[in-house]
Amino acid sequence: MAGDRRQAAGVDPPYLHPDYGSTARRAPRRPLVRIEYGPGELSGPAGEALIAGRAVSGPADDLTRHGAGEPIGERIVVHGRVLDASHRPLAGTLVEVWQANAAGRYAHDLDQHPAPLDPSFTGAGWCLTDADGRYRFVTIKPGAYPWRNHPNAWRPAHIHFSLLGRSFSQRLITQMYFPGDPLLDYDPIWRSIPSPAARARLVASFDPDRTVPDWALGYRFDIILGGREGTP
Amino acid sequence: MRAGRSPSQTIGPFFGFALPWADGPFAAPVGTAGAIWLRGQLVDGNGEPVPDGLIETWQASRAGGRGFARCPTDGDGRYAIHTIKPEAVVAEGATHAPHLAVSVFARGLLRRVVTRIYFPDEEAANRADPVLASIHDPAARATLLAAREVDGYRFDIRLQGDGETVFFDV
Repeated sequence: MAGDRRQAAGVDPPYLHPDYGSTARRAPRRPLVRIEYGPGELSGPAGEALIAGRAVSGPADDLTRHGAGEPIGERIVVHGRVLDASHRPLAGTLVEVWQANAAGRYAHDLDQHPAPLDPSFTGAGWCLTDADGRYRFVTIKPGAYPWRNHPNAWRPAHIHFSLLGRSFSQRLITQMYFPGDPLLDYDPIWRSIPSPAARARLVASFDPDRTVPDWALGYRFDIILGGREGTP
Repeated sequence: MRAGRSPSQTIGPFFGFALPWADGPFAAPVGTAGAIWLRGQLVDGNGEPVPDGLIETWQASRAGGRGFARCPTDGDGRYAIHTIKPEAVVAEGATHAPHLAVSVFARGLLRRVVTRIYFPDEEAANRADPVLASIHDPAARATLLAAREVDGYRFDIRLQGDGETVFFDV
């Protein structure tokens, strides 16, 4: 898509990616219209305003405590920083995550994968970044699961991340993957990212320093948002 | 050397238990004076409804509401957002006509599409708006204008094909 500033950088996937079948009827065909950032793109809602009234039965950043008991699976700590394009920390921004359980099944009505649901695991959480842009979740490692994109298609284990940023232009939804996953090279969604260096930024790193002895493995996943905030 | 931005990935089909929340569609609370409903339908390149989309709106001019709304599409691809019609905003000498910034996420969209909702009863402001003025094709420009309804406005979003909504590079 010529003239598209994101595509030119090789960072974001194209809309039309034939290996991912669902893009065929949903990808816009006209080139994007480039606009200068105005007041609407350079501002955004306060993260605090978006969590009022949301209830979970436990701490929103500990996905292992939303059910009656301990979820089945490999307990992990996922942490990192949310930074802007100049690598400044983004404080107070809303980070939302959702994922399949350890068996690769989502707590969603439309997920028909014949793997067990876990009554002790829902798989959704959120937090606000601290003054240094840091976030941290406790969860369990999600399982890989099959999907219907092509014969014998399997998604690599992943955690969905939604980042509000501090302005509309910084809004991002992405996925975090796990290091060494052999399914990555077969995944049309991960491979839709043109630049190998950009793909690698969605793979968390094992973090021995944040691995809690006798309790949970640590992974680090930093997120760098595009766009910017401020006055035009 | 600095690392670059984190790439986008699709929201996928299974966000419904995580991202929507009951108050999400209410950028302005029920009972707010002058509040409107913005309703519309999200359709694909075949004109089929997109039942697993997520619509978010943001308005810099928000008059008491929080300015942000999030609404999943229903089985007919429809969404509804309760807000206050924004005012024009002057920045750097340019007057921006009343509008909302819109993000659309869905399975099959590897990154969001971004558009704007403008209002049909703001003709003078729309003529002066730098973004609307940059779109010369009247049919394309028309995809950015909501239609008046009894209790608000209607704004349909067509992802692909005839009548494809204008999407912005943000």
